[in-house]
Amino acid sequence: MSLLTIEGMDAAEISRLLDLADGFVEVLDRPVPKVPALQGRTIGMLFYEASTRTRMSFERAAKALSADTMSFTPSGSSVSKGESLKDTALTVGSMGPDLFVVRHGSTGAPWRVAEWTGLPVINAGDGAHQHPTQALLDCLTLRQHFGSIDGLRVAIVGDIRHSRVARSTAQAFAAMGASVTFVAPATLLPFDVGGWPVETTSDFDGLIAELDVVYMLRIQQERGGGDVFPSIGEYVNRFGLTRRRADRLPAHTMVLHPGPMNRGVEIDPAVADGPRSLVTKQVANGVAVRMAVLFDQLSGTGSR
Amino acid sequence: MPEVLDRDDLGRALRRIAHEIAERNHGTADLVLLGIPRRGVPLAQRIATVLEEIEGPKPPVGALDISMYRDDIASRPTPTMHGSSVPVDVTDRTVVLVDDVLFTGRTIRAALDAINGFGRPAAVQLAVLVDRGHRQFPIRADFVGKNLPTSGIEEVVVAVEEVDGVDSVRVEVAESPSGLEP
Repeated sequence: MSLLTIEGMDAAEISRLLDLADGFVEVLDRPVPKVPALQGRTIGMLFYEASTRTRMSFERAAKALSADTMSFTPSGSSVSKGESLKDTALTVGSMGPDLFVVRHGSTGAPWRVAEWTGLPVINAGDGAHQHPTQALLDCLTLRQHFGSIDGLRVAIVGDIRHSRVARSTAQAFAAMGASVTFVAPATLLPFDVGGWPVETTSDFDGLIAELDVVYMLRIQQERGGGDVFPSIGEYVNRFGLTRRRADRLPAHTMVLHPGPMNRGVEIDPAVADGPRSLVTKQVANGVAVRMAVLFDQLSGTGSR
Repeated sequence: MPEVLDRDDLGRALRRIAHEIAERNHGTADLVLLGIPRRGVPLAQRIATVLEEIEGPKPPVGALDISMYRDDIASRPTPTMHGSSVPVDVTDRTVVLVDDVLFTGRTIRAALDAINGFGRPAAVQLAVLVDRGHRQFPIRADFVGKNLPTSGIEEVVVAVEEVDGVDSVRVEVAESPSGLEP
């Protein structure tokens, strides 16, 4: 019942959720963008890591479906008194949520919360592992813009090693038929991509004329991503989406970024705000995708 | 299984409904027809076409998706959303809801809630191709193509050309009693 990982999801399952999300895009466009579908349901939000868009996007999605939310952040909570994830999950679980949304710095934490509480869990990001709703909103954004993801040539550029987005989004794009290349200095590529449905390269410029989509990632300083190349200047020079590099992209090529952006590092502000950018579209689609996922988890026979 | 309305009967019923709508509303000014997906939408289109023939300008026609407003979301499989498209602001207009079959009234209850998301109509009227009885809510239709008293083990199957390739209304014996169907 939970949504923990993109791994193992096939095109049919992803498409089913995207179709549902399309319906919620329309709902969000109505004069009153709110429906009573999940009235009386409560969603427990356990966010152990900083988040702007994911947390607010889940809140917005829950409220647009008329569900209630209970939000937890470690600062100001009993975590400062030494309470463990397990005790926090069981405590909040006893207050009667129907589902948990979990973000945690440790890989696998959402699986553990599901085991301990017996409730469905949506993984909102665990360590450098998975971020399935990000992958789905990226798919929705590409499908809206290009009509189909099948056959698109995508480069995911930046701190791949520390990125749960790279991992889950690459799996989803590949499942939908895109060909995905990771572009990064060797020190920011994963140790082993043997089992992943991707190519890798450190030659961004060699690839740029063949791309339909450029997906930029920030350097994850908090996970040590900034310590493995000589200088920001050198990084930008080879891997940043500068204005000059963006000018060499084919005319139809679009740019995505999961946020938060470090303008002037991985992406030039003029590109981030320019006509190729789908960044704000991604954020808007995030709400519809999370509505689809929440609705899918909490509606239907046997969900209560 | 017996066909209750054939293609010609169905056309006549819609034609009569259109005349009744025009009569009740003294024309078609400020009308908007909202079909309930799926089969209510083409039926609304056809009624609007007749209204255009007999009254002049074609009233706006839209679709009102009610799947998110149902009262049985937790007890049925996850529904398919068909999408609403409401072409005008319904505020201060008369909305004519159009559906194929009126049964328990639960769909219409949901539709009345769904309309609120698009404005505050001056009035809401209901046109249905078939009224089969067994209401579970204090809801009635203003315009009825055919009253079909049915038993709980029967099922009314409406086919319209735009969706099913053929126009017909049949009564069939349901495989499972459908007492709680919409």
